[in-house]
Amino acid sequence: MSECKAPRFLKISILRFDPHDPEDFPHMETFEIEESDGMTLYIVLNEIREHHDNALKFDFVCRAGICGSCSMLVNGRPTLACRTLTSKLDEHITLAPLPLFELIGDLSVYTGKWMRGLNARLETWIHDKEEELNVNKLEERMEPALADEIYELDRCVECGCCVAGCGTAQMNSYFMGAVGLNKIARYQLDPRDKRTDDDYYELVGNEDGVFGCMTLLGCEDVCPKDLPLQSKIAYLRRMMLKNTL
Amino acid sequence: MKVIYTDVLIIGGGLAGLRVATGIKERGHDAVVLSLVPPKRSHSAAAQGGMQASLANCKMGEGDNEDVHFSDTIKGSDWGADQEVARMFVHCAPKAIRELAHWGVPWSRVHRGDHAAIINAEKVTITEKDEAHGLITARDFGGTKKWRTCYTSDGTGHSMLFAMDNKAKQEKVEVHERLEAISLIHENGRCYGAVARNLMSGELVAYVSKATTVATGGYGRIYSVSTNAIICQGIGQAIALETGVATLGNMEAIQFHPTAIVPVGILTTEGCRGDGGLLLDKDGYRFMPDYEPDKKELASRDVVSRRMTEHMRKGKGVKSRYGDHLWLDITILGREHIEKNLREVKEICENFLGIDPAVDWIPVRPTQHYSMGGIRTKYTGESQTLKGLYSCGEAACWDMHGFNRLGGNSVSETVVSGMLVSEYISDYLDSDESHLSIHTANVEKFVRIEQEKLDALLSKENGEDAYVLRRAMEEIMMNKVGIFRNGDDLQKAVDELEELHKRSKNIEVFRSKSRAANPALVNAYRTQKMIKVALTVAYGALLRTESRGAHSREDYPERDDANWLKRTITSWPDENQSIPTVSYEEIDISKMELPPGFRGYGKDLTKHHPDTKKREDVVNAIKEKLEEEGGDRFEVQNCLMPYIDKLPKKYRGTNERLGENV
Repeated sequence: MSECKAPRFLKISILRFDPHDPEDFPHMETFEIEESDGMTLYIVLNEIREHHDNALKFDFVCRAGICGSCSMLVNGRPTLACRTLTSKLDEHITLAPLPLFELIGDLSVYTGKWMRGLNARLETWIHDKEEELNVNKLEERMEPALADEIYELDRCVECGCCVAGCGTAQMNSYFMGAVGLNKIARYQLDPRDKRTDDDYYELVGNEDGVFGCMTLLGCEDVCPKDLPLQSKIAYLRRMMLKNTL
Repeated sequence: MKVIYTDVLIIGGGLAGLRVATGIKERGHDAVVLSLVPPKRSHSAAAQGGMQASLANCKMGEGDNEDVHFSDTIKGSDWGADQEVARMFVHCAPKAIRELAHWGVPWSRVHRGDHAAIINAEKVTITEKDEAHGLITARDFGGTKKWRTCYTSDGTGHSMLFAMDNKAKQEKVEVHERLEAISLIHENGRCYGAVARNLMSGELVAYVSKATTVATGGYGRIYSVSTNAIICQGIGQAIALETGVATLGNMEAIQFHPTAIVPVGILTTEGCRGDGGLLLDKDGYRFMPDYEPDKKELASRDVVSRRMTEHMRKGKGVKSRYGDHLWLDITILGREHIEKNLREVKEICENFLGIDPAVDWIPVRPTQHYSMGGIRTKYTGESQTLKGLYSCGEAACWDMHGFNRLGGNSVSETVVSGMLVSEYISDYLDSDESHLSIHTANVEKFVRIEQEKLDALLSKENGEDAYVLRRAMEEIMMNKVGIFRNGDDLQKAVDELEELHKRSKNIEVFRSKSRAANPALVNAYRTQKMIKVALTVAYGALLRTESRGAHSREDYPERDDANWLKRTITSWPDENQSIPTVSYEEIDISKMELPPGFRGYGKDLTKHHPDTKKREDVVNAIKEKLEEEGGDRFEVQNCLMPYIDKLPKKYRGTNERLGENV
């Protein structure tokens, strides 16, 4: 079908800025690329780097929608660039770095640092005061449905799209975003984590946590993994309220 | 000059590197991890299908144990593996998975009672035992006698990596992100750390350490199409090679995975076939039973990839503008199963192909996937020739995979080897041998050399374009060092790569001259390193005049134990030489628990070694005698090939299973 049509020429406008270059300032730059079959923004950006501007900065790792490295604003919307097919977009495509994260340059942002801070703050690991594990013994049992339910929330790739799409995060830089709240929901569900509801309240029962959410739910709209962020935030709120009573 | 001192420098923040770091911290030592990317974005996250561990919880895993896992692994390796290392591995895999369960991986669990499954294109009902309810379950994978591959849907690597990274955070492991090791600091046969480049600021930093561990994964990106993440460029192997002292093992052993999507080469997990998916040709015909009537789609990966290629060569491939492909049909598994157990596959199909795998067939073909070769180590993970340098995971040739790795054994190796190597390193740190004795002037010299190389790349005029050289290298590897190999093509590949290597000394970084974050500069120095790694692969493949595992020579179709039961060892002692130095390490049949035999695929073309028969007789006599005396399987094993003393004491215990040792 598309084989008989002449290929489109895409206009890719990119918000560029190199913070290491004192003479540079943020500006838009447009590149023209011939579209090919099955073309993704991963292919587009690499083509620009290889044939037009080898200084263009962006991040890809798995290029398969699995690792969460390549989140950026595509026509203003946070998403994973690697799995965005150009055929689903208009000829003129605008790319900008994910807002709210430290800029490394052009489309490359330091989501890793932000997420590391978040994980340290929420202590996103299993808290188990029991004695050391005997690795020779049969593993502890878990209900199959519960394991599936935990995995569902464990699928977050920390791409940062939910933070970039969050109204509260725009105003309060300490807000932990849906990524943080989802993690607390995940550990609260996990019987291996011995933290109590009081402990969780200490972590998220404030305006930087679950009570800061304005329920705009941009997070759920843009989450590339379709995590049930809306229902988990609502659940956490009910749980926290119950805990205060 | 900025110098950072630590006990152990770990290069690479994937599963293997993080597991080493965690073990080191637990033993009270200090560790710094260098990672190109945030650790949770490492390529480990892309492992979909699962982790092999012989837990024997599910019905189809009943009767599984270390012995069966061992035998599958050795047969899979085409007898190229180190059998002691494979024994250490199968013994510790159940421990590693139980540890990960404790650290939070939500492994899929056994549900008591009936469930439907597809086996050999037929719907069957499997009944799980009551007493197994809630224990970790497993799925079928290629080349295994039992269902042994434990999983979380098809996001196993993701869940493991997240749990591992969280554990590392809990242990306060220091991670230096976006730092790339570009050379190893060494002197008098001892490694003292690395020179690293900050990919954001461009700053060079010397990391000086008592022990250094390379856990940078494989080198798949020397091929133009690979399932590997784009950071799997073999830089870890390259910096080891560039010491001139450390050696690489079996670099020509490259695995092609049967089912990557066309054209982009993204993987769809072996779990698709493990769960009952079929391979079909252009006529919708299921061809694998014609070639491998016994294991069919679930033959070992190397075998399936070759059969698919053969079938396409017969004109049975589906024509496309990107070349021929075949179909992977998982529609028979049903939507519910796909949406629960093959979610990543479904997302990949939707996003990259625009199809629904519950309704449509998936276009696939064999694609570069795994590097069995790597930094050659002893069983402790330490380089055989450069003291203080360690390596584990895909980066290493430890060597438990020989010439073909079984699906599900890679993520398993990362955590098992990480767990063991961290203990051996800690023992080393506890000994007097580990003290540092390098003059800071020498450290500075290593930094200066790297700075000069970078300066040369930036200031060069009328030089070569790194992209042109790199694309040429990728095409050579793809077309001449692929699934089927032959002497003529391999000779051409070596000659052409040698030429590229010479040209790569003259690379110029065009236009972009920044010393800070500069992708052009990064591409320039990595291309130089990648070409060297590509040469070790192509040259090793040219010299190995036999077919073993994934290394398949059309001009030498037989496995030749008489002449080639040995590991290829590659080094680069003089930086002015233009091809690597190759030597060989004999594999001793007289010490094998499982003497060389027939893998059971196609026709047996093996040229046997004269020692094989002798060893078989010895093995059979020992087995007979002990069985007569009522010895159990552990006693028999210990008599054939003792290995348990090599393990750290804390990991020597016997594994519990339902109905065994409980």
